[in-house]
Formats: sequence, C-alpha cells, structure tokens
Amino acid sequence: MFDLTAEEWTAVELSLRVSLVATAFALPFGIAIGWLLARRKFWGKALLDGLVHLPLVLPPVVTGCLLLISFGRRGAIGAFLYDYFGLVFSFRWTGAALSCGVMGFPLMIRPIRLSLEAIDRRLEDAAATLGANRALVFFTVTLPLALPGVIAGMLLCFARALGEFGATITFVSNIPGETQTISAAIYTLTQVPGGDAAAGRLVVVAIALSLGALLISEWFARRAAIRFHGE
Amino acid sequence: MNVLAVEVEKQLGTFKLAVRFQAPGGATALFGPSGAGKTSVINMIAGLLRPDHGRIALDDIVLFDASAGIDVPPHRRRIGYVFQDGRLFPHLSVRQNLDYGRRMSGHPRDAGALDHVVDLLDIGHLLERRPRMLSGGERQRIAVGRALLMRPRLLLLDEPLAALDAARKREILPYLVRLRDEAGVPIVYVSHIAAELRHIATHVVCLNAGHVIATDGIDLLKEGDADAFA
Repeated sequence: MFDLTAEEWTAVELSLRVSLVATAFALPFGIAIGWLLARRKFWGKALLDGLVHLPLVLPPVVTGCLLLISFGRRGAIGAFLYDYFGLVFSFRWTGAALSCGVMGFPLMIRPIRLSLEAIDRRLEDAAATLGANRALVFFTVTLPLALPGVIAGMLLCFARALGEFGATITFVSNIPGETQTISAAIYTLTQVPGGDAAAGRLVVVAIALSLGALLISEWFARRAAIRFHGE
Repeated sequence: MNVLAVEVEKQLGTFKLAVRFQAPGGATALFGPSGAGKTSVINMIAGLLRPDHGRIALDDIVLFDASAGIDVPPHRRRIGYVFQDGRLFPHLSVRQNLDYGRRMSGHPRDAGALDHVVDLLDIGHLLERRPRMLSGGERQRIAVGRALLMRPRLLLLDEPLAALDAARKREILPYLVRLRDEAGVPIVYVSHIAAELRHIATHVVCLNAGHVIATDGIDLLKEGDADAFA
C-alpha cells in the first residue's frame, strides 16, 4: 500500500522502543505506588497523590522543562545518575523514554489503584490462614486479581507514550534516529514543504499502532474476565 | 487434656469482648446469638484479629501472649479456617484452590492426602471447575477440603452452613460429621443454630454479649430451639 522510507522506519521503531521501555519501567513503580495509595494511610499521602498526577494537569512543556532541570547532565538527579551509574538522559532516547514514562504514569496508576481497591481483602486473609506470607499473598492473590487493572494501566501508559510530544521535545529535543519519535517526525514533516505525503504515512502508522494496542489490551482484559467469572 | 486454651480481651468500638474457655479435642461448638463476638473470637485464634490482652495456646504451642510479646502471624499458625462465605480464590480452579495451602508451605505433592480428602468430601467431579460454577454447598465442601489439605493443627468453621438453604444444609452435615470422626483434627465450630450443633458438637461454649456464659457437653443445647431445621 505504501512504503516507508528508512528515516520513517527509524521514527516508528524508535517510538515503539521508547513506549515499550517507558511502560516496562513505569510498571513496577505504578504497582508499588498504586498499592501504597490504595492500601496505606501515611503522612503526605495527598501530596504523593498530587505529585503523581501532576503531569496530567501541567502543560507538557513545563514537565519537559522540569525534567531538563532535574535530569539534565548538570541537573541534581541527572548529575548523580551520570557520576554513579553512567546514565545519560539528555538528548538520548533514554531521556525520551523517561519523559514518556513520567507523562504516562498518572494514567497507569489510576486503573491499578482502582482494581487494588476493588479486591476483596478477605481473600487475602484466607490466603494467610492457608500459610501464605505477605509477599506470597501479594503475588498469588492480590496481583492476579488486579490483573485487569494492571493491563488497562499498561495500555494507557503505552498509548500516552506513543502520543507524547511536548515534554519529550522540550527535554531531549528532536534528533532523527535518537529522539525523533513518530509524533516529533510528523511535526517536523508538517513544517517543511512537500512533507505532507510522508506525514500522512506516519499518521496512518500512528493510528494502526494505537488501534492495535487497544485491541490487544481488550483481548487480555476479556481473557482475564473469563478466568475470573467463568463465562 | 485441653487442646486449645483461650483467654483474651478486646475492645471493639463500644463492644467489650472478654472470653476465657478451654476446648478439648473433638468438635467444640462456639454457640451464641448474632453479635455475641463468636467470629471475633475465632479470628483471634486464627491470628486475623489481635487481642488487646491475653493468651492463646494450642497444645503446648503459644500462639499469642500479650505479656510475653508473642504473636505468631496467621500464615505460621497452621490453623485451617472455613469461612462463612467459602472465600475460594476466583482466579484458581478447584484443584488449584485445594492445592494452595500445600504450595504456600512448600510441602511436596501428596497424592494420597488429596485422594483422601476428595473421597471424604466427595468432590472428585468438581476438580477442574472454577469456583463461580459451583453451588453454595459444593463451594463449602471445597473450602473445607482446602483447609484440611494444609494439614492444620486445628480447624475453625465459621457458620459454614449459614449461606445455604435447608436442603443444602442436610447435604453437607454428614460430611462435617465424617470430618469430625475421621480427619483427626480438633474442630471449633461457630454457629447460632442449636439444631445444627447438636449433630456435630461434642462440647459447647456458650457466648453472649462478649462473655462466656456457660461451658459443658451438648446438653446445653436445649431442644425446641427456634432455629431448628433438621
């Protein structure tokens, strides 16, 4: 139907890599903080809740700017990570993954938290009387029962990461082959004469990827529902 | 010989629970009206509710002792608990539910024990089903089997028949009597229905408003109880 050029393929491949890595790294934090917010009472809970949701309400440019200040090579966290782990975020695809993960995080947290809150805690008591310690209760009862929420959270984070633009371009710029994702590539193409056809092709790819992610997560969610409810 | 010795106090809102009793082997009924504190007592025995004061011991094993600072967590008490509503794991098959206790404690697979419990409760045809596809009576039999297969030192049954209609109750009762006679595990059976307990209990502890008001043999359970069903 249509052929993507090498540069366009690079943008597509980069987008997928950035979104998958962002989702994978956000997941353990999403489950941990979702669990804290769903189950624990502690001082500063409202503040943590607010901080986690901040990227949802802040202008993306502001989030990108904050990332630049804190995770840049000279930023407080960025300098530490570089000195001790050799990790660099600024102007690298890893930085794009970081900003996508941060932007997708509030969307990931919400369904995970809701599904954890919906779990019948008495099933966890039953597991404890059957000899399961707290970690085993979590991994054999809590997490499997929260699976539909976890899947939904992963999908939302992945979709948000695919579409991320403002924070990423602010934080790591728009470097072909390194930080130029599909969104950034489309934006660039619309700024140059004769780029419409290429932009159009990438738009089709973006739609296909998003729709594919949606269908796959629907399929997983339905399978989980069949497992729990029998029908 | 007393298998279980309980002496606990707990303030629950405005309700004060102060209970002291000893249970010999066999099946001990914890009998009393709704709200007497029966479920709170067995939750404390299981380790799901922490007493304010007191001591709970099973044979020579101290499970809880406030003054000595002992509070064995529920997963190390090895006390089987059959809940009123079964509480089977909905994401696991019946077979996986039955096997859960063994997996969690890391014991090797024991086909003989499984066969024995499956025969005792007559649940062989249900093993591959999901809990959602079981009737109320079947669900309770699986819950009993699941608790038995963790090889408990004591079995707690909290109104295991309460959610069932009279026909289902009559269906399960013989299994519970068999359990008492054949499984060799002491039982604490909570109920507010005297007729039900007369079938099962060998010893009775009467509870009212958070206190033990009598302990004796099953003669305590008077005939002509309003809730009689059998």
